Amino acid sequence: MSIAASPAAPSAAQRSEDYLWTLNFGPQHPATHTTLRLVLTLEGERVVDALPEMGYLHSGFEKIGEHLTFNQYVTVTDRMNYISPIANNVAWHHAVETLLGIDLTPRCRHIRTIISELARISDHLLCNGAVGLDTGAFTFFLYAFYQREVIYDIFETLCGARFTNSYTRVGGVSQDFTPLVIEKIRAFLDTFPKTLDDMERLLTRNRIFVDRTKGVGVLSKEEAIARGATGPVARASGVTRDLRKDEPYLAYGELDFRVCCAAAGDCYARYLVRMQEMRESLRIVAQAMDSLPGGPVNVGIDQRTALPTKSQVYTTIEGTISHFELSMSNRGFEVPCAESYAAIEAPNGELGFYIVGDGSDRAYRARCRPPSVLHFSIFPHLIRGHTLSDVVAVLGSLNIIAAELDR
Amino acid sequence: MSQPPTDGSVPSPADQTAVAGRPGARAVPAELEVRFGTLEHSSFRGQERIVVPVGRMFDILAFLKDSGFDLLVDVTCVDYLEYRGARHRYGLVYLLAATADNRRLIVRVFVDDPDPTVPSVVPIWGAANWLEREVWDLFGIRFTGHPDLRRLVLPEGFTAHPLRKDYPLQGRGERHNFPVLSRDDG
Repeated sequence: MSIAASPAAPSAAQRSEDYLWTLNFGPQHPATHTTLRLVLTLEGERVVDALPEMGYLHSGFEKIGEHLTFNQYVTVTDRMNYISPIANNVAWHHAVETLLGIDLTPRCRHIRTIISELARISDHLLCNGAVGLDTGAFTFFLYAFYQREVIYDIFETLCGARFTNSYTRVGGVSQDFTPLVIEKIRAFLDTFPKTLDDMERLLTRNRIFVDRTKGVGVLSKEEAIARGATGPVARASGVTRDLRKDEPYLAYGELDFRVCCAAAGDCYARYLVRMQEMRESLRIVAQAMDSLPGGPVNVGIDQRTALPTKSQVYTTIEGTISHFELSMSNRGFEVPCAESYAAIEAPNGELGFYIVGDGSDRAYRARCRPPSVLHFSIFPHLIRGHTLSDVVAVLGSLNIIAAELDR
Repeated sequence: MSQPPTDGSVPSPADQTAVAGRPGARAVPAELEVRFGTLEHSSFRGQERIVVPVGRMFDILAFLKDSGFDLLVDVTCVDYLEYRGARHRYGLVYLLAATADNRRLIVRVFVDDPDPTVPSVVPIWGAANWLEREVWDLFGIRFTGHPDLRRLVLPEGFTAHPLRKDYPLQGRGERHNFPVLSRDDG
């Protein structure tokens, strides 16, 4: 473990040692789960250094964002972190609404809070499930995936799409909650805690899993902050930052929940933080469902951003004009010539958008601040000194989603 | 503050008071202006922003790090080529946050062609390493002192910087020049 203690990169002389192996890992590998590549330098089974490569899925999302309107671009955000697409939708329109200065209706704030937390649960299920799968716990993975399916079913009932939801709109959402959606979310709230207990019994004290993850890939609190880690990765290292508490957006300020942290900073701590966050997310969803306000789900006609309801279009002159103007490309939103940054606590960390407005209904620049990039850049630091088999445990615990990584 | 902000955004008085949740809180440390003179300062939707000259940006950012902004949230860039009223071509954006008291600050640095160069902040925040590589890759801003300034998302052989505004959405055909490897060659 002496190599792990020194954070500095190995010297050039050390690299040229003949006995070191170079191993290519990825871009297509079952344990990368997505398309990314690692060039590992091995001494026997120990990893001396790792060189992460990315860009295999680069699709120019930020360039596309300069050519699509604020409502169109939400379909592209679905494709960023496709494990929890609806959280990306919320993040994008949160940033757009910050730029435009729109106040959402209370019902919309609660609905967005509920779906964000459901997205968090489905993201953490996949991340922990994949860590379990990579370390040999296949049953755990199947338990996790079955519950993801239930959440997909809720989203499908809500907006018609399982994966690429494109659910939010500027100033609102595309569909209001129907009684069936509420019924399904309530059923999920009833059944999921029991599955979560089962999952914890399967893995949390499983000797093999604990041995594979405890003390592996340790990230100290200072390193976590200096290297830009956010979300569960930072919280597992003792950073208490959580935007839901620190900069309350949507309905989080009104709800009672705890920020889950751990001190160890290893793969096991990241697993525990994610497991605990799912329980807190359930509490948030339950409270938000109980206090779900009535009233309109989209902002009113006076804000001139969300399409008016059909009854308003057909019976009022303001509704007709507003519908017409929003459908025309040159007289839609009033966008300030200004720039703003807004972020949400996405399942993976701080997901923010820096948007430059130039008066048109398209962003002049739509920068996405992806948590995966920062986390992937930490990877060599975490893996040095560990064995080759730990690569998959560390990679899984960082929850790197290549589509968000490359955009 | 006699000059308007560079990108043409004029903060209205209503925005000045709209600091979310923390009315009256000022993110910029008072000592900053004592040490570095008057900096262009503005606020929009409660987000504070300072504009910093290239020559002093490293010292100012190092000072901000020491005064509590320990988390570098993002480094990015905006190409103002087609922006109405813009005076500079590139505007770099440094999003800073303080984990202790949740302050946020946006630091802007403006550079121009023909050789847009800024000092790297990797010695201050390790997080800047890949973020600056991405800005180099997509905008062609050179970061002096960066330990490993390679392209991040695009392949090594790529010549253009596609997030610049003079680069077309559908590309210039660089990908057609990539060598095609057959199974026998490989």
